[in-house]
Amino acid sequence: MTIVEKILARASGRSKTSPGEYVTAKIDVAMMPENFRLIHGIINEAGIKEEAFHLWDPDKLVVVTDHRVPPTTQATAENQKLIREMAKKLGVKYFYDLFQGVCHQVMVEKGHVRPGELIVGADSHTTTYGALNAAATGIGASEMAYVIHTGELWFRVPETIKIQIHGKLQEGVHSKDILLLIAGKYGTEVAQYKAIEWTGSVIDEMSIDSRLTMGNMSVELGAKFGVFRADQKVMDYVKARTDKDFDPVESDPDDVYAEKYLIDGSTLEPMVALPHNVGNGVRALEVKDIKIDQAVIASCCHGRIEDLEIVVKVLKGKKVCPGVRFYVAPASWEVYKEALDKGLLSQLIEAGVMIGNPSCGFCTGIQGVLAAGERCIAATPRNFKGRMGSPQSEIFLASPATVTASAMKGRIVDPREVM
Amino acid sequence: MTTIKGRVRKLGDNIDTDIIAPGHTLQLPMEEMKKHAFEPIFPAFYKTIQEGDVIVAGKNFGCGSSREQATAVVKALGIRFVVCDSMARIYLRNCIGLGVYPILSQGISQLFEEADEIEMDIQRGGVKNLRTGEKTHFEPLSGTPLEIFEAGGILSVLKKRTEKKS
Repeated sequence: MTIVEKILARASGRSKTSPGEYVTAKIDVAMMPENFRLIHGIINEAGIKEEAFHLWDPDKLVVVTDHRVPPTTQATAENQKLIREMAKKLGVKYFYDLFQGVCHQVMVEKGHVRPGELIVGADSHTTTYGALNAAATGIGASEMAYVIHTGELWFRVPETIKIQIHGKLQEGVHSKDILLLIAGKYGTEVAQYKAIEWTGSVIDEMSIDSRLTMGNMSVELGAKFGVFRADQKVMDYVKARTDKDFDPVESDPDDVYAEKYLIDGSTLEPMVALPHNVGNGVRALEVKDIKIDQAVIASCCHGRIEDLEIVVKVLKGKKVCPGVRFYVAPASWEVYKEALDKGLLSQLIEAGVMIGNPSCGFCTGIQGVLAAGERCIAATPRNFKGRMGSPQSEIFLASPATVTASAMKGRIVDPREVM
Repeated sequence: MTTIKGRVRKLGDNIDTDIIAPGHTLQLPMEEMKKHAFEPIFPAFYKTIQEGDVIVAGKNFGCGSSREQATAVVKALGIRFVVCDSMARIYLRNCIGLGVYPILSQGISQLFEEADEIEMDIQRGGVKNLRTGEKTHFEPLSGTPLEIFEAGGILSVLKKRTEKKS
C-alpha cells in the first residue's frame, strides 16, 4: 500500500484499502478558515436544530479567521462577529482570531498537523499538510458541517502517482518552479482525483518551507493529496510543535504506484505561468518585454521565512523599480516576528517593499487589488482571470526569486539575470 | 422517469471557481451573487439562463477553490446538471453534496454547441444531442455518492443524524 492507502485504511478501521474503494473514515483534525461563518446559515437552512448540532470533538476542530484581515467592509466585520459567537457557542478549543496568520501556516506552526493523520479543511490548499506526511485535502463548507458534527467523511481511495525529482536544483531554481514545470508539461489534471507522493534527492534536500509550497500546489495538479515521507526534518519540525503521539507512514517498497514520473531537477530553470491558468508555464527566460505594475509574495503558498530570505538575497541591497508596487506579506505572525528579529523586514522596507499583514488578501483580490489592464507577477498559488481584481488584469505566477528580480527590473525576468 | 432534456449552455476548458463565483461576490446574498456568476468571461450570464438549462463544458470544470458557492450559485440559477469532459475533485464533491448532477465523459463537450437540446438518461448513463442525433455514455453516480445524492445531499444526511441522536 501507499502512504495514503495506509492512512485511509487505518482511519476507516480496515487492514487494507485499494484504489477505487469507497470508505468512511474518521477524521483526525478538521480546519475551517473564515468560511466558518457559513456554518450558522448552513445548519439553519437545512432545518437542523441548533441545539442538536454540536462538535464531535472540540479538540479536533481548528478555526482561523484569515481571509479578510483586518475587515475592510461592514459585511466582513459582521461575519467575523458571527464567527466569534459561533466559536464560543460550539466550544471550539483552537480558535485563532485575526492575529495568527494564513490558516495553513497556522496549522503547521501550531502543531495541528502530524505525520500519519487524516485531515480535512474547508479550503482547497489543505493539501499543504502533505509536507508533514499527513493525508490532507479540501472539502466544501456543507461537507465540513457534516464532518464537525459526525467526525467522519466518505472518500474514494485514490490511486497514487509517484513523482521523483532527482539531481540537484541550480542556483535560482526553487520548489515553485518544479510545480509550474509539471503543470505546464503534464497539465493541471495530471493528478486529478489522485494522490501524489513526492520523492527523490531534490525533495530530500528541500527545506520544510519549500515542501509546504509543493504540498500546497499539489491541488493545482488536481491532486486529492500531495504527501511526503516523514524524514528527520519532518520529525524535528513536528516534535518541536506538539506533545501528541503520532505514527509516520511509509509506502511499501514494492510497486504500489499507478504511475511514476521521473524529473531531472538539475535541468530545471526558473518558470513563469502566464495568465490565466497555472498550466501555462514557460521558462522565465522566454518571457520578453512584459512590464509589470505589481509584484506579490504572500498567501498559503509563500511568505514563509525562507521566501523572505530569498527576497533579501536577490535584492542585495538594491531598490524596487520605480512605479512597481511590491507587496510582501509574511504567512503568519510567527514568520513576521522571525523576519523582524532577523532584520529582514527593515531591508525590505529600505528597498521600497510594502510589508503586508499576514492574510489571504493579496492572493484573492481583497488587498492590493488590480485595475483593468494592470499586470502582476505573484508568488501565490493561482493566476485565474479576475482573481486579484479586474477581469482585464493579468497575473503571472513565479517563485519568490523570480518575483523579486522582476520587481527590481520592472519587467518579468529570470532571477539569474540579477544574481 | 430518468430521462431529462434541457438546453445546452456551452462553456470552455478550465472554467475555474473564480469565474463561476468571483471572490468579491462571496459575501453577497445568493440573489445578488447569481448576477455575477461567470462574470469574468460572460457578464450578465444570469439574464440568459432559463430554468433547466444544462452546462456543457470542457475539461477541469470547477478547478480552484473549495468555495461551495460556486456550486450553490449554479444550482440557484436553475441548473441541475453539469456535463463536462472532466471536473475538478472538490467541485465534484460539492455537486454530489449540494445536489447538482455531474455527468463526466471524456470528449463529450465536442458533441454539443450552444443552444443544442441535450437528453440525459442518468440511470443508464446515456447522453444524446437531439439536434445531431449523436450519442455517448457516462458512468452514472454509484455507491456512497449516489446514496448521498438520492438522500437530497449531505445536509439531508446530516439532518437525519442530528435527529437520530436527539
